[in-house]
Amino acid sequence: MKKWLLLLLTVILGLIGLAGCSNDDTASGDGKVEITYGFWDKKQVAAIDEVIKLFNEKYPDIKVKTEITPYGQYFQKLETAATGAALPDVMWMNGAHVQQYAEGKVILPLTDLAKKDNYSLDNYPKSLTDLYTVKGEIFGIPKDFDTTGLWYNKKIFDEAGVPYPDDSWDWNKLKEVAKKLTDKDKDIWGFAATMGNQGGYYDLIWQNGGYIISDDGKSAGFDQPEAIEALNYNISFIKEGLSPTQAQMTETAVSELFSSGKVAMMFDGPWMVQEYKNNPDINVAVVPKGKQRAVSIHGLANVIAANTKHKDAAWKFVQFLGSKEAAEIFAKTGTVIPAYNDTQDAWVQAVPTINLQAFIDGVDYSVPLPNEKRTGEIWQYETDVLKKVWSEEESIEDGVKELTEKANEALSKK
Amino acid sequence: MKEHPLQIKMNTNTKLKVSNLTKTRKSSDFFWAYLMIAPTMLGLFIFYLWPIFQTFYFSFTEWGAFGQFEWTGLDNYKRMLEDTNLLKSFKNTGIYIIFTVPIGIILSILIAVLLNQKIKGKSVYRTLYFLPVITMPAAIAMVWKWLYNSDYGLLNYILSLFGIKGPQWVSDPKIALYSIIVVAIWSGIGYNMVIFLSGLQGIPKSYYEAAEIDGAGPISVFFKITLPLLSPVIFFVSITSLIGAFQVFDLIFMMIGKSSTALESTQSVVYLFYQHAFVLNDKGYAAAIAVLLLVVILIITAIQMVLQKKWVHYD
Repeated sequence: MKKWLLLLLTVILGLIGLAGCSNDDTASGDGKVEITYGFWDKKQVAAIDEVIKLFNEKYPDIKVKTEITPYGQYFQKLETAATGAALPDVMWMNGAHVQQYAEGKVILPLTDLAKKDNYSLDNYPKSLTDLYTVKGEIFGIPKDFDTTGLWYNKKIFDEAGVPYPDDSWDWNKLKEVAKKLTDKDKDIWGFAATMGNQGGYYDLIWQNGGYIISDDGKSAGFDQPEAIEALNYNISFIKEGLSPTQAQMTETAVSELFSSGKVAMMFDGPWMVQEYKNNPDINVAVVPKGKQRAVSIHGLANVIAANTKHKDAAWKFVQFLGSKEAAEIFAKTGTVIPAYNDTQDAWVQAVPTINLQAFIDGVDYSVPLPNEKRTGEIWQYETDVLKKVWSEEESIEDGVKELTEKANEALSKK
Repeated sequence: MKEHPLQIKMNTNTKLKVSNLTKTRKSSDFFWAYLMIAPTMLGLFIFYLWPIFQTFYFSFTEWGAFGQFEWTGLDNYKRMLEDTNLLKSFKNTGIYIIFTVPIGIILSILIAVLLNQKIKGKSVYRTLYFLPVITMPAAIAMVWKWLYNSDYGLLNYILSLFGIKGPQWVSDPKIALYSIIVVAIWSGIGYNMVIFLSGLQGIPKSYYEAAEIDGAGPISVFFKITLPLLSPVIFFVSITSLIGAFQVFDLIFMMIGKSSTALESTQSVVYLFYQHAFVLNDKGYAAAIAVLLLVVILIITAIQMVLQKKWVHYD
């Protein structure tokens, strides 16, 4: 008797467990559909929540659940989720991964859906729709874009009596001012030579006339003289004590050093606006020119998982995310530069204390980030190898040789 | 024992019946026993044993994007022979083990012995030493990372009061591993201490009383009575903490940044496994690393099992 009671209990407990697993499905029984939206930037949560609220006014039956994963783990998680067929229905995608995901048939081609609903892709800059077009099919609806700016701390400039950066600056001027602003006694560095590709050494390599990946997509250009010269310029700030060392920049986030007035200038993207906008000392200018003007441009897109159970709902949501309405919310909150044409002015005006026009000016001479299939892997090699160069453990020449070999090998894989 | 007349009358037939009965009862007992442990066993098979076989199989494959893989035979194992990173990660793990396991055990025995005395506020101390165990490793890592921060950390601030310029605790490739070892020892003491405490309480008082009558001092009591009688527990703890130390990952992952200059000199075998499996999406090679680690742990545990005969006293 007792045993039967135990058995009954076991079965009941087991069933409760199972029911817990399947709760999600039963919840959508009353005609409501729940889709998940995966992304990485927590600074955009407020804007995204507002967009979802607006979306629900139009489609009250589609519930959107957000799923934030920090950028450092985002693509690892997607990769695993894709293998286990557990991707979010709608998610952010970047240029480095779109080819891999499109060719792996993990994300849905949107060309037919767009045609059916007369959804125009002309509302976005062509460079961005091109980035998300793989073999003639569009896979993502552009969400936003970003270029690079020279962020600076006005207070440090004022105290040193140096005029603020403007569009006349070049590499020499940046170095010269960094020297003037560096103050060892006060623990102030003139410039942070961060080890980042977008808004970092990529921009400098392009400004110096070099390239990252050759036009035919077969070889990397890190070992070309222009690239070596650019890296040399970048690292010279650390060598001459004008920038925190690589160790210091990994122990304390550079953005923190900058916003607390320890660093006078640094390159970074418009995604920092949210963090800096309440700091009255911070402003931004266009990036100084090298042999030529260049900044990297990159934009995110919203994509749909190929195996989504709610294709229609997901597509409706992606359309809405790509709409002018949604773009205006992103613009208004100053979160990111919306990709929808002619909503950028609203973004520039969103934070009047910061010269956001500097980012828009960059569009004219911007260079898109590489989007070869193996870009994600190459980025990993860049971190592995260049950190040794940045910390002066390895010479630039040895580093770029190793990096180029690894990158070329990755590019040669099918 | 004299047999009862009645029992003699009972023929062999009934005896057989009796034994039959016990047999059926036994098998039904087995049935119930298995049914009761089935949920756990199922979990064990699905989440532990099956993945081990899978890992072994995957170590002979190469992975492409999104779960496609192909059989490549021994390629992954051949690749290991030339992988200097792997060698270095074993070296790092080795250093980590050599310091954390013995120092951790010695310190936790000492603390357990001290806390086994009649002192005031004993349970307060026990709680204090056990606190790191119930704290999330991530939280521990974050707090220590801040303490270790070379420019703004508490540790270097205190050193600066004495006019010493503190090192870059977690960025200097020569020091970073030892900084992690300190945190690992600190956070592991409480757990082992509790096991040792229970071992100490299992030692009969009469031994100590006898020793006292014989006039033995506290030090010789410790080495002649406590240590030998504690040796089975020490053996158990040394095996579990060695296996645990071989699998160190979280502290390194949390405290050493991806672009840190000290990563090469701190990355453990499991960190390298993680790097290949989830960052580089090289799951086949990662599986081979996991298999290698399993073999190494098996061998070392087997050696410990053999050596225990020399120093472990069971009563």
